[in-house]
Amino acid sequence: MWIYQKKLQYPVRVSQCNPRLAKYLIEQYGGADGELAAALRYLNQRYTIPDRIIGLLTDIGTEEFGHLEMIATMVYKLTKDATLEQLRDAGLGEHAADHGPALFYHNAAGVPFTATYIQAKGDPITDLYEDIAAEEKARATYQWLIDMSDDPDLNDALRFLREREVIHSQRFREAVEILKQEQQQKHFF
Amino acid sequence: MKPPVPQEYDQWLEQLQTVDFVLTELQLYLDTHPSDPQALQQFRAWTERRRLIAGQFEAQFGPLEATGGARSLHHWDWVESPWPWQV
Amino acid sequence: MFTQQKRYYPYVSPYDPCAPIRQKFYQTPPELYLGFQPPGLPQYSAREALARGTLWPALYSPYGKSSREAQR
Repeated sequence: MWIYQKKLQYPVRVSQCNPRLAKYLIEQYGGADGELAAALRYLNQRYTIPDRIIGLLTDIGTEEFGHLEMIATMVYKLTKDATLEQLRDAGLGEHAADHGPALFYHNAAGVPFTATYIQAKGDPITDLYEDIAAEEKARATYQWLIDMSDDPDLNDALRFLREREVIHSQRFREAVEILKQEQQQKHFF
Repeated sequence: MKPPVPQEYDQWLEQLQTVDFVLTELQLYLDTHPSDPQALQQFRAWTERRRLIAGQFEAQFGPLEATGGARSLHHWDWVESPWPWQV
Repeated sequence: MFTQQKRYYPYVSPYDPCAPIRQKFYQTPPELYLGFQPPGLPQYSAREALARGTLWPALYSPYGKSSREAQR
């Protein structure tokens, strides 16, 4: 089970009402390499990974939900109280026609989230390689987002999220090393 | 309409986010380094610090978890304070 | 010298319609190099760790506007 903590992992500040940026950021909400996909991928793979790695998948998957909440906060703040005209001019008219002011799990181009974004092969090394690739893809997405954003406060939180991808990738790479170890060998870690 | 949170809220929240972040980093590290005695000791020390800071935060700004929502017998605290994306 | 950004010089054709970018960059962050993290690495203070998104300088990867400006 999970217990909700009434706080964000990292402070999210936004300097301007900017629905255009929200349209881009939604990529990390409901996109292929977004935080929802990450959380669902890891928390689903953990049932068929060696016991030694279950904790890592559980904890990283849980952290991803905290990141999903940070992205939602950014989108919420960037669009809160924006007029329908502002949303339309930012390219969010099609979104508003269906969802009004609501958030939705789709990517920056409006394609709805699909389970086909994630994989579970049941082969430990294959799944961990998928996870490493997912972290690097999310890192690259954050780089494009930082490049396109001119909101310094927002970029501060985006840089934090990008760094978390680096750490998660590092830990998944360590998980691969753990599984590669000869079993009679004493673990040095 | 609820009043905005007091100014001290930001500093207290950031203190809490700071200790929780150290714990998160150590937790992921320990997941792949479960027998690093130095990291284990550090994790225990920060857990204690977290307990104190979270207690002070909750006393001022309301519960962090729903289990702390019934401190008063007259109203349900959990839904009183603003939500993380609102502040 | 260790860098987290590498560059390359793509071929420029006289028939390219957009103004050419002669140097392009890509990121090579620290997790590509560290291997299994050794115990006892130096740590940031707690406050700095939160600001940087990691507890360990060895895993810190800066990225920002300057990385884009470097491409001009």
